[in-house]
Amino acid sequence: MATTKAEVVEQKALRIPFRLSMEYEYALGAHAERFFGELRDHGRILGVRCPSCNRVYVPPRPVCGICYAETREWVPVSDEGSLVGCTVVELPFIDPMTGEQRPVPYGFAMVRLDGADTAMYHFLEETDPKRIHVGQRVKAVFRDQRTGSLLDIQHFRTLEEAR
Amino acid sequence: MGRKVGIVATGQTKHGPKRLDVNLRELITEAVTRALEDAGLRMEDVDAVFLGNMEPFEGFMFPELWSVEGWGGYLKPSVKFNTGGTVGTTTTMAAYYYVAAGLYDTVLAVGFEKQSDGHTQAAITTVGDPVWERTMMAGAVGNFAVMASTYIHESGVTPEQAAKVAVKARRNACNNEYAHLQMPNLTVEEVLASQILAHPIRKLDMCPQSDGAVAMVIAEESKARKLAPRPAWIRAVATAHEQQYMGDSPKRLAIMRSQIAASQKVYKAVGITNPRKELDVAEIYEVATYAEMAMYENLGFCERGHGGKLIDEGVTSMNGELPVNPSGGVLSTNPIGATAMIRVAEAALQVMGKAGTRQVPNVRTALATGYGGNAWTDALILASN
Amino acid sequence: MRTDVAIVGAVQTRYEAKKAHQTYNELVYEVVSELLKQTGVPMQEIESMVTASQDFWDGKTISSMSVSEVVGGYLKSEAKVASDGIQALIYGAARILAGAFEYTLVVAHCKESEGQGQTITAVMFDPYCQRPLGVIAPTVAALQARAYMNAAGIGSETLAQVSQKNHRDAMKNPLALRAGDYKIEQILSADAYADPLTELMAAPTSDGACALLLASPEKARTFGSRAVWISGMGNSTDAYWTDRDLAQADALSQAAKRAYQMAGVGAKDIDIAEISARYAQEELLYGEALGLWARKDVAKVAASENGGKVNPSGGAITGNPATVAGLTRVAEAYLQLSDAAGAHQVPGASVALAQGADGICGQTQAVVILRRGEA
Repeated sequence: MATTKAEVVEQKALRIPFRLSMEYEYALGAHAERFFGELRDHGRILGVRCPSCNRVYVPPRPVCGICYAETREWVPVSDEGSLVGCTVVELPFIDPMTGEQRPVPYGFAMVRLDGADTAMYHFLEETDPKRIHVGQRVKAVFRDQRTGSLLDIQHFRTLEEAR
Repeated sequence: MGRKVGIVATGQTKHGPKRLDVNLRELITEAVTRALEDAGLRMEDVDAVFLGNMEPFEGFMFPELWSVEGWGGYLKPSVKFNTGGTVGTTTTMAAYYYVAAGLYDTVLAVGFEKQSDGHTQAAITTVGDPVWERTMMAGAVGNFAVMASTYIHESGVTPEQAAKVAVKARRNACNNEYAHLQMPNLTVEEVLASQILAHPIRKLDMCPQSDGAVAMVIAEESKARKLAPRPAWIRAVATAHEQQYMGDSPKRLAIMRSQIAASQKVYKAVGITNPRKELDVAEIYEVATYAEMAMYENLGFCERGHGGKLIDEGVTSMNGELPVNPSGGVLSTNPIGATAMIRVAEAALQVMGKAGTRQVPNVRTALATGYGGNAWTDALILASN
Repeated sequence: MRTDVAIVGAVQTRYEAKKAHQTYNELVYEVVSELLKQTGVPMQEIESMVTASQDFWDGKTISSMSVSEVVGGYLKSEAKVASDGIQALIYGAARILAGAFEYTLVVAHCKESEGQGQTITAVMFDPYCQRPLGVIAPTVAALQARAYMNAAGIGSETLAQVSQKNHRDAMKNPLALRAGDYKIEQILSADAYADPLTELMAAPTSDGACALLLASPEKARTFGSRAVWISGMGNSTDAYWTDRDLAQADALSQAAKRAYQMAGVGAKDIDIAEISARYAQEELLYGEALGLWARKDVAKVAASENGGKVNPSGGAITGNPATVAGLTRVAEAYLQLSDAAGAHQVPGASVALAQGADGICGQTQAVVILRRGEA
């Protein structure tokens, strides 16, 4: 097959390759330290409550942005919840934490745990898009060996059949 | 409020997947030169330059400083912004405020990105908070797929309706000599047959990654009147940001708090109560087909849940009641540092009557929006008076 | 359109080598919540925020997302400047001068300790001709130091004197990272940073944040002498480092000219100057460009400790991080003019200058002139 003009331009173009490898060591901060400590040691998930509007936030943070009130009260939230949004990813991605390609397909969703007013991204065990739906009940599957990170939850398991 | 401020000229590069014929500085120069020519100005006539770009996409810190001659910055005041997808509108708004404040009379706003220089998906993944979100990130595609699923659940929009949005965009782009993706014969069937990236988002539902730049000349009233027969006056601007994490607004696309708030602010500022009727054209920042329909609802173009109906009825097509994205939108062109500013430039072209074959007749009032960050919104109203 | 804008409060964190227990939102919440307490202005009354941070330093694309909520940005107008915080201050002032807002909250943050500074600064450099050589910020700081020493006819001792004065003054600044009564020999024989600079002639890696509240004249009146007026602002951009003489700071001269003109003052009217010098030679070079002294006098200036009027805070060389350093200068100038500088207060000052810079060898420069408010 003849080379297209675009391909010719690309072949002839001079380019300088540059590999950027940047390492960071992020502080967890007080809120994450408490959250992940609880997750690692007790397999429990915590949120913080706004004293003004009573919203419970997961992830925890210093202030409720809606009321601008300091969130000091820690409350446990369930390890069960509902899917706010969900998908099965087919496009291969480089996992930024490992530099390796994440195997596809994988389930990925926004999960709102019972007791929390906000939701969080996490993986789903299910990889068939026909077996997941918005509103579906799910439960966190904890790893036996936990290190204090969100991956201490391996993924979420769906608790009911798809509609 | 401050002085009246108008957009008097624009310049864009030919946006494309890989502009291998230019380096970053040359890409910027292409847009800036065209804007100055359009205005009939020389660089000496420009008081200050405002720049927007997302450095991680080029793997280059202060790329604008390296490119300084490319935008005529030597010994000129300049400020650089970085706010994600909204950076183009953020930068436009900054230029507006400085001129309205009387600090400068004639300025350049420039947005640029050379996605092909770097690794787009990696730089999007690092948008995720490293402690709470990054491990889970599945790029813009995964994010939009999850958001789309919520919107579909709320509204019942169908893949066919989404495909119609894709067709409208890529066909509109054929009237835009600068657009990256131009597909005159695209059909709904082709969109529905394109590769699934993350359910329900297919390849043709998503915006591309582009190399491109845009520049606009913005001036205070008396200078603007001399520079253009019909300036696009910046009548109202608003920004609304969000809480910190991506799940804080769980229905974040379907019911986008920031978009509702920012658009309400600008409508109120100019006395618009029925945007569908009172706007003549809109250039909105739609990253994916489903997002465009959700935005119709958030921006008040239709009732909740009727985003799909609007596209079915052709209300937002070129000869509809409120054409949306005559330029082809983000779905056709997406150099992230420029994209939101391209919305403003295209809306300005419409108001100025300089939009060529994509001109909507008799435009007096236009809306331009930016989207980015954690579902943040910028909104601007441009008008002929 | 307004003609006046004031600073009504300023808060800084202690600058530390590594704030290991705070993440960005906690760091910024610390300064913002303290600022709200200090000024008595509730977040509900603030509709405009301008932040400053760098994606590469934070290790996060759209670094402002980390702080959007704690700066009160929910449904409000927050924008991020990707440059030194002094630029955020100027933009914040423009928003008020445009009549668009009554207050603007300005915040800068940076934790240099979290990333690897060398790799981070490497990506400022030309990817074609310079990165392959492994050029990093210390390299060019050293090149500039050498160029300046040759041009001004001074030796390392003069640079050491700049460092000595600043570190000594910092002993009166409880927020300073590095302070001490160093001898010249100690400074000259400290570990090499990049010849001719030793580690004591360069700012150490640091973490910190700074927040200021700007107000319209109507709101500022209620603050009495705690309102300090911004009487002049200017900024300018220089050529890329290899395209110019590193022993000159033309962009700063330009920026200063604009600021002085707007304020209706000259260099001789400046009582206090807070100069963003993260390297010793920058203080002398920038002072020249600001019109505070002539090149022929710099050796004398360095030896005389410039009468306490330059960097009474100890300056950036004692450890202010990139992006924050210029805003810190404004905060310090504000403290001086509102008589809140505590142990390092310079008495009787009524006009102060604050300068910030960013990019390689200060390619972008900004100057702000402040005027004491009425009692």
